[in-house]
Order: sequence, then structure tokens, then C-alpha cells
Amino acid sequence: MTTTPPRPAVEIRDLHKSFGPLEVLKGIDFEVGQGEVVCVIGPSGSGKSTLLRCVDLLEEPTAGRIWVNGVEMTDPDVEVDAVRRGIGMVFQSFNLFPHLTVLNNLTIAQRRVLRRGRAEAERIARDNLERVGLTDKADVFPAQLSGGQQQRAAIARSLSMEPKLMLFDEPTSALDPELVGDVLTVMRKLAEDGMTMMVVTHEMAFARDVADRVVFMDGGVVVEQGPPQEVLGAPRHERTRAFLSRVLDPTRVAQLGQPDQAPEPPEAPGLPADGRHTI
Amino acid sequence: MKLRRRQRERLSLGIQYLVFIAIIAGVLFAADWDRLKDAFFRVDIIKSMFPTIITVALRNTILYTLGAFAFGLVFGTVLALMRLSRVAPYRWVATAYIELFRGLPALLVLFLVGYGIPIAFPEREIPGGVFGSIAIGLGLTAAAYMAETIRAGIQAVPKGQMEAARTLGMSHFTAMRTIVIPQAFRIVIPPLTNELILLTKDSSLAYVLGVTAQTIEVTKFGRDMLNDRVNATPLLVAGLAYLVITLPLSQVVRRLELRYAKAR
Repeated sequence: MTTTPPRPAVEIRDLHKSFGPLEVLKGIDFEVGQGEVVCVIGPSGSGKSTLLRCVDLLEEPTAGRIWVNGVEMTDPDVEVDAVRRGIGMVFQSFNLFPHLTVLNNLTIAQRRVLRRGRAEAERIARDNLERVGLTDKADVFPAQLSGGQQQRAAIARSLSMEPKLMLFDEPTSALDPELVGDVLTVMRKLAEDGMTMMVVTHEMAFARDVADRVVFMDGGVVVEQGPPQEVLGAPRHERTRAFLSRVLDPTRVAQLGQPDQAPEPPEAPGLPADGRHTI
Repeated sequence: MKLRRRQRERLSLGIQYLVFIAIIAGVLFAADWDRLKDAFFRVDIIKSMFPTIITVALRNTILYTLGAFAFGLVFGTVLALMRLSRVAPYRWVATAYIELFRGLPALLVLFLVGYGIPIAFPEREIPGGVFGSIAIGLGLTAAAYMAETIRAGIQAVPKGQMEAARTLGMSHFTAMRTIVIPQAFRIVIPPLTNELILLTKDSSLAYVLGVTAQTIEVTKFGRDMLNDRVNATPLLVAGLAYLVITLPLSQVVRRLELRYAKAR
């Protein structure tokens, strides 16, 4: 192993996750390359959020292995707090700390986790607030912000930890429609700056314009993945087509209440199994 | 004559005020004010209670209350965290403790601490003497109540708060200390105020430990004076002394809640 190529940001092998008797993830193989922007789409209940949460170990996988930046998250002895420092997570419900000002939301983990001094932490925090266009909101409490502002503050909070990988769990789903654009603009800028991103989203336009690769999940498996123009423009699988037509043309009543006539899920498109991951 | 709607309303309101005033006036006139004043409001006795009631009795009541509250708050928080622990024996112990001490009268616990501990550990003394005994004795019971309140407060903090803190790399402990518990305490300020007010009054149980002139608190002071002067005036003054504590306390907490309201 002398000329190892850089490890992907995320590698997932045969990931299974069950909640009680309900199997949500049924064997996922998945990668996110360094600098790559991957959008995960699919109907609700398809397991896409669970997949994302498994990457940060917010959900404990039932079986399978996950590596983040070359560190195995599923190793029982992994220093999970240390690995999480390199991963930013953005939630659907923002999860800003309501008892702290926006500035302190951005500095608390820097100071407690990275042990940065107050001045340095605040400088980095203000830089990131500027990045998301909230320079003037440093000293207010989250409750005084709109949803879109809260989400941008949450993104800035993650960025303040200088992560190598950002995970987004339906970041715009809780927002009023007119506030979605601001958040997506921030995310697009982030992608252009070269951030590695894994985004679970229903924003098809964002996936089409920003993603390097789109992954369609349904029923706990990856049904189809590829460049956005292929998966969104010319989907190969019936389930992808059915999903896209529902999302892009939601008023088509002909399908109302009809179950999908899709065949059994095909095997996920094979990823190269080259034995790099045997430790 | 038929009244219009507004006239009817005005008449009804007038009658209600009249009844109210009549009852007040009735009580005021019927009571024998001279005898009442003689039994409960002898100015010479009131004067004789000052300044001791403030400098000693009220001071001690406040000290005992704060001591018991501080002990109860710290111990109650520990119990709450034990109740939420992943370690099953911690949960069992905390649950058993809470059930036991919520069920025992505070008076009994104070007795057990005041007389039981010196018997069990003859070599050692409870730090702080009477003050320590009262703080621990009342605090043990208060902790059981506060533990349940604090546990509810911790569980009322949305799960996403812990998740967000953990994804920023914080340990469970750091996340609990800097993110979850501060929010939980904002939630439980009203019920904890209740507990503080209850403790203020429970501090009157201190007499079972045999207080001296130096360690006397408001109720015992009032009762002693009652026996001394064969007059109920000291009880009235003692009662007012408690209100001097509890009424401003309610105000302070209301302010505190308002201040935190925007940070919720």
C-alpha cells in the first residue's frame, strides 16, 4: 500500500439498519469522494435520512461498515467525538442552541472541543457569519431569527469547526418557500468552494444544478445513481421515474392512491470492490 | 319596564359590587376590633421583637432555606442524572431514593439526620452544626422532589439539542453540561421556585433540633415570644416576616423568566 489514492470522504459497505422489526436500510453500498457533492433523493421512508445519520453515527448501524475520511466509524473503539469534529451536520429543524446568542452558538464548540481562545473563536465565528450573510445577527438569540436565517446560522456553526465533510439532512424542508433560496444559495457557494457534501433533499433543482452525483433511494436500497442529468433527466428505473413524476408534477391525480407497479428493487449499481477496506 | 341589554349588564355588575362591599363591611363591623387588636397587634410587643426578629430570626430562616435549597439542588441534579443513566443500578437507587424520601415527612428526616448521624458517626460532626444539619435534613427531602422536576426538565429539552452538540464533537458530558442542563434549568425555574418557597416554610421545622438564641428562626422565635408575653402578636409578626421573603422572591423569579423568555 505505497501509492494509496486518497481515501473517499465516506465509504459505506453493506449497511443495514433496523428499528425493532422494521428494516430501514437493507444493504447499502455507497461512497462520497473527496470534494464531491452527492444529493440523496427518494420518497419519505426510503431510509435516506437514516443513511445520513448513520454516517455521523447518530444512528447505530445494525450491520455493515462505515468509514469517514479513512477512519472506521463502525469500529467499536473509534473515538467518535474526534471523528465528528471533521464532520458538519445540518438538521432539518436547525437545532440551534436557543439559550445562546448566535455568536455563542458558533463559538461554544470551538472553545469546548477545539480549545480555541475566545478571540480566535469569535473571529472564526464572525468570518463564517459573513459567509452565510448574517454579519449583523451575531448578538441576537435564535428565536429572533427567521427559519432561513436560523438554518444559515446552523450552517455557519458547523463551518466554524472547519469540517472536511458536511452532511445536510433535508435542510430546507422546514422552511417557508420564500426562505429556501437563501439557504440553497449558501449551500451552492459552499459546493463551489470545494466542500465535500452529502445532501438529503427534496430540492430537485438544487440536485440538478449543484450535485456531482444523484443517488435515488427507495425501500431501504440504492435504486439508481449517477450524474444528475442521467438520474433526473433520463432515469433508468421505473421507481425513479414514478418518484420524479410525483415530485415534479404533484397534481397528477391519475396516480393518486395507486401503489407503484415497480418491480422488485434491482441490485444497487455495483461500486468497485477492490479490497481496500479490509483492515 | 323592560331594560335594554346595556342597562341590564350595568345593573348586574352593580349588584355584584354591592354584595362584595356588603360582605367586607359586615366583617369589618361585626369583628371586635379592640379585642382583636389587643390579641394580635400590641405595638409594644411588636417593638420589643425588633431588631432581633430581623438580625437573628429572619437571617437564620433565610440561611437554613438557602442551605437546604443548595444541598437539594445539587443532590437533586445528581439524582436526576442517575435516573436517566444508562447504568441500571444507578436508576434503581435513584428511583428508590426518590420514592422513599418523597413519602417521608420532612420532620422525620430532620430528626433522623439531627440525631441519627451523630449516633452513627460519633467521631465526626456534621459541618456547620445546626445549620449543616438543617441544610442536609431538609435538603434530603427537597432533593427527592427536585430530582423529578429536573429530570422532567432535562427530558423536555428537544433531542435535537443533544444531537447537534454531539455532531459538533462534544462529549456526552460536555453536551449535557453546556447545552442540555442550562436549558433544562430555564424550563424548571417556576417549579423550583415553588420548592424554594416550600423550603422557606419548612425551615420552621428547625426547632426539633433544639435551636438556641443564636440559631433561632422566625417561627420558633414567634412561638417563644407568644409563650413569654401570653399574646398572639408575635405570630402575626412572624407571618409577615415570611411574606417579606416570599413576595419579593416571586417578583425576582418573574423577572428572571421574562429575561429568559427571549432565549428559549
